[in-house]
Amino acid sequence: MDCVVTGGNVKVLAKAIHSLSRIGEELYVEPQEDGLALRSVNSSRSAYACFLFAPLFFSRFTTPSGQTFRCKMAIKSVQAVFRSLASLEKTVEKCHIQLDEQKNRLTFTLHCKHGLLKTHNLSFQDSESLQAVFDKDSCANEFRSQPRLLVDTVIHFPQSVDEVTVSVNDERMWFRNHVEDEAEQARAMLTELCLASDEFDHFAVKSHGSITFCLKELRGLLVFAESTGLPITMYFDEPGSPVVLSVTDSVLEGNFVLATLSEDAGHRKNNSRGGRSPQPPPPPDDFMNDDMDSFIIAMDTSMAPGPSTSRPSTSRSDYSTCSKQSTAANHRTRHRSEEEEEEEEDNTDDLDRPPNKKFCSLFFGSVLPPSSQMTTQPVISQEVLASDSEDDPQDE
Amino acid sequence: MLLAPVANSDMLDTTSTTTSTTTWQFGRSSGVLDRAAKPLEGLYACANSTSVARRNPEVVVFRSAFLQNISIDTMPLLTQSQADDEEYVLVASLDNARNLSNILKAITFKDHAIFSATPNGLKVTVEDSKCMQANAFIQAEIFQEFTIKEDLVGFQVNLTVLLDCLNIFGGSTVPGVSTALRMCYKGYGYPLTLFLEEGGVVTVCKINTQEPEEPIDFEFCSSNVTNKVILLSESLKEAFSELDMTSEVLQITMSPNQPYFRLSTFGNSGNAHYDYPKDSDMMELFKCTKTQTNRYKMSLLKPSTKALALSCKVSVRTDSRGFLSLQYLVRNDDGQICFVEYYCCPDEEVEEE
Repeated sequence: MDCVVTGGNVKVLAKAIHSLSRIGEELYVEPQEDGLALRSVNSSRSAYACFLFAPLFFSRFTTPSGQTFRCKMAIKSVQAVFRSLASLEKTVEKCHIQLDEQKNRLTFTLHCKHGLLKTHNLSFQDSESLQAVFDKDSCANEFRSQPRLLVDTVIHFPQSVDEVTVSVNDERMWFRNHVEDEAEQARAMLTELCLASDEFDHFAVKSHGSITFCLKELRGLLVFAESTGLPITMYFDEPGSPVVLSVTDSVLEGNFVLATLSEDAGHRKNNSRGGRSPQPPPPPDDFMNDDMDSFIIAMDTSMAPGPSTSRPSTSRSDYSTCSKQSTAANHRTRHRSEEEEEEEEDNTDDLDRPPNKKFCSLFFGSVLPPSSQMTTQPVISQEVLASDSEDDPQDE
Repeated sequence: MLLAPVANSDMLDTTSTTTSTTTWQFGRSSGVLDRAAKPLEGLYACANSTSVARRNPEVVVFRSAFLQNISIDTMPLLTQSQADDEEYVLVASLDNARNLSNILKAITFKDHAIFSATPNGLKVTVEDSKCMQANAFIQAEIFQEFTIKEDLVGFQVNLTVLLDCLNIFGGSTVPGVSTALRMCYKGYGYPLTLFLEEGGVVTVCKINTQEPEEPIDFEFCSSNVTNKVILLSESLKEAFSELDMTSEVLQITMSPNQPYFRLSTFGNSGNAHYDYPKDSDMMELFKCTKTQTNRYKMSLLKPSTKALALSCKVSVRTDSRGFLSLQYLVRNDDGQICFVEYYCCPDEEVEEE
């Protein structure tokens, strides 16, 4: 791989990396025929982001001929290359990204003002391709707006607010902060904003409803969208299926796929939804390779709360909203059993999250079979987890 | 620290009766009760700096005669006697104490500072691990008054305490508001006395002095200098702010050929190089005779970034042994020039990767 980014595009690249750093710890780099893909996923697999920079984005773009190359690296180390974002535009004239196969290093060379040359040789790990399975075009609801609109909306939510609920009808969209449970509701401050459809460039609603997702990743995308001035398009269907936020330009495309909170059976009995089957069959999940600690923590906490006992019966409605491949079931307070799901899908793995969220994980696909080395260890841990979480309600 | 005296729990017990009495006398004698804010400020200043002394027990009393590390009185400006001056071996006055405190901040990475005053000016030395030394030079001309009765006056004080005292009025950066300083020293065994005045309030701080240690002689002489470059600080600031601090060492390569002047780090995620070409407009002077690559402990060099931040030019020199000298040209608030110098020993020999 050998590519050169010049002028203002260096800042765009840097901003993209910074917004990816809001998602996960690792940056997946994959040069493709159609451009350079940079991706990241969070540890609980509930948020995924991908930027694809078309060959035209670069002044020079060559991919390794023949074999495909993919790697992942600590996103922090890549961020360090573009540390001084503010001065980047003024100082950096050219950025050269090159793969040194002999030394197994990815080299970022920044040609700066005054002839200063900054070379960062970063180590990387081989990785599989990271792909989230989503189909934004089939989403019922689609909204496009200038980044300013969302920035001005999100700014009203304090940093302590983790999740927002977005509701739509034919004329309006509401943003409100999501409050976890009844006890909290009494003390919590509720913030709600209403946006009229004419504030959007495009406002298409086919199904009324509301979804709840994390603000953190949205904030990350907004930083990028605001600096590039690109409009943001939001696609979503229904609770539990992912919301897709995307920015598109002639030379780049960015998609942020965020899990949404499943409809809570305790709050709303909506069994009719149980019959709906998820659309594309997911490839097996094969990169459950990190975050052992949070698995363990989540495992512990999943045994503690009582409410999980009552859940199995409602599992069907819950699970259907989860995306296909990785059925995220085991949550801190609400336990969603995977029994039925497992019957349906062989490759389901129980994906656990850090204990404090109730989102379903997204379904990620991989182009490689699950037998690869990366998956070996995590799969074991998942099995343990899955059996634990299934036993859990029974034991109680 | 002065602006939030109420939050200081030490205040009540450290404000001794004598101190507060003095302050009240000040209020009456100066007859400016309507300007109550200022006397109050003085009181708070007392309270705080006394607690500074208490909180610094490591500043050991060197001579048994002095039971406390520093003592502070607040008195009206008028009662201050100039008659004592004859007893002092060193008297230095500054209209703006910040000219001294700023440059001292650039070398504050250890508590103990060796002061050596000669008729040329004041040199303050701080050392770390016997491997690195920082010197701040404040020429006699910087001071409005600089009287020295001996060829060399040397003493050692706790630099942190001294800085706290210099900023006793809050170190306001508002233009037109400055703290005037008169620094006096009677000689061996006596405390260093600071008279600080701002807005008509005078605070007197006495800082106990310690037996001066002999500064390390790095034997860095210009005749042994192999390579030397002078850079505008701006370009180095950027590099230093971005340096990968997970790297244990900073490697400096200087060479008459490429890469001319290179800073390298070797961190967790890989290595990074910063190359400055010799014809860059940031490069004021480039005089390298031989290719030299040396590594210096990042932990030792890191404090020098404080000096870098203040400076406008840096001279980087290495001698035949690989010792590093960094000289920073610092321009103070009044446009006068001072120097801060760092010496650092190289790490063990470089092995080629």
